[in-house]
Amino acid sequence: MVDKILIENLSLQYADGTESLRDVSMGIRQNSVTVLFGPAGGGKSTLLRCLNRLNDLTEVKASGGRILIDGENILDLKTDVIALRRKVGMVFARPVVLPMSVRENIIYGLELAGEKRKSKLDQAMERSLRFAAIWEEVKDRLDDPATALSGGQQQRVCLARVLALQPEIVLLDEPTSGLDPISTGKVEAALLELKKEYTIILVPHSVQQAARTADHAAFFLQGELVEYDSGKKLFTSPKQKKTEDYVMGRFG
Amino acid sequence: MNRFLAQNRHAVQRLGFALITLMAVFTVLPIVGTVAFILVQGQPAISAEFITGFPHDGMRAGGILPAIIGTLYLTIGTAIFSVPLGIAAAIYLSEYAKDNQWTRLIRLAIINLAGIPSVVYGLFGLGLFVLFLKFGTSILAASLTLSIMTLPVIISTSEEALRAVPQAFRTVSISLGGTRWQTIRRIVLKEALPGILTGVILGLERAAGETAPILFTGAAFFLPRLPGSPFDATMALPYHLFVISTQVPEMPIQIQYGTALVLLVFVLTMNLIATFIRSRARAKRQW
Repeated sequence: MVDKILIENLSLQYADGTESLRDVSMGIRQNSVTVLFGPAGGGKSTLLRCLNRLNDLTEVKASGGRILIDGENILDLKTDVIALRRKVGMVFARPVVLPMSVRENIIYGLELAGEKRKSKLDQAMERSLRFAAIWEEVKDRLDDPATALSGGQQQRVCLARVLALQPEIVLLDEPTSGLDPISTGKVEAALLELKKEYTIILVPHSVQQAARTADHAAFFLQGELVEYDSGKKLFTSPKQKKTEDYVMGRFG
Repeated sequence: MNRFLAQNRHAVQRLGFALITLMAVFTVLPIVGTVAFILVQGQPAISAEFITGFPHDGMRAGGILPAIIGTLYLTIGTAIFSVPLGIAAAIYLSEYAKDNQWTRLIRLAIINLAGIPSVVYGLFGLGLFVLFLKFGTSILAASLTLSIMTLPVIISTSEEALRAVPQAFRTVSISLGGTRWQTIRRIVLKEALPGILTGVILGLERAAGETAPILFTGAAFFLPRLPGSPFDATMALPYHLFVISTQVPEMPIQIQYGTALVLLVFVLTMNLIATFIRSRARAKRQW
């Protein structure tokens, strides 16, 4: 297995003075689910937002290090950020469907990329909705406003919207934090399907979800990567005391 | 006293509620009163001839068509200049500008622009458009002057409408590989449009009712024909009302109130359209 992403000595400090990442180095495997977990303020979301350069929208004071995706440093000034974001999709904590129909939501990214052929768009839509395990539920409501769907359905539409661009990497930032257990189960099941084709990086909304889904797991505490191992090892026999305490529920 | 209050909490609350309701009613009274008064006084003057005819007998008889058409031209002229510029400025301020000294200066300028007395705009328009740029006393010069006056209203309401669009939409659009401009055009502007339109109409409505800015820049005392080009002067409802109320001796009072009524209807119709757009957009909005 090769590392799809290589993070080297990544540090980042926000303009308001909060330090978010401190000298983080890790490799992320292709076609697997890598889970970043730990208490709030640990830098997990920041790390995700570095991977698709969404942090460009925030005021960052200082940053250092490199992120190599397929060997190319995406933090380089010359990086085509638009192309990067098509390659590295992101699903957010709150399902944010755009104020348009389900169909328009799914094809939005493709249209931005200049795809006009209806057959291509329809094909991509059905494929991605199936992949996100929501096709059966929305196939008769494609032209309804996406906001009319339930929260769980909306989140899977958001996932499908990302998949429509056929990215290589999918980032998920607590994608099930607002969902009921049944919807959560559906999203998690979709993830297991997804990793056959994509590299998945997930910030779970609980330790239990981390343990359920992780092929590899990284424990973050206050901006530092404390421990990084296979999910199996990290959740059954962690090497670090802090990791063990957190996994056992002694703090956090 | 404290014990009395404690025991009669409900009575006190009812009293307070009644007072506040009364005050709200009082604020409505002047508006309803003015409209009703003008309606009653002006209604007898309204006829087909009054709306579609030219004034004659030294404006003491006949219609006010040139003033109605003039105000229409001025409103359209103002829209042509102030709407694109105002919306562009609002987009810059809301979507592109960073919060720094430069943008704070722009904002300060806009706020102060809104506070300048309208007669000062009139003098400025006279100096710049009529004399320096040699547009003469014309629809063009008057429209440009009204545009400057309207800009702050359009900019600030449009900026507010743009800012009301949830930030999350922008983040999502960017994360899906959208450029800033694609995001603005396809999401932000689309969602802010009803709010922007409301602001535009309210700004134009103010322009339509103003006298001072057009006094030196485009308004004519009396014209026997309709203006033929943007470089012609024009009659206009507010200025006409001023003229026939103060400058023409033995003016039948009916015609004055009739003119006021037409101006009021013109402005209130714009207001109504704005209200309609806003309420329809609210009902349809998905966030």
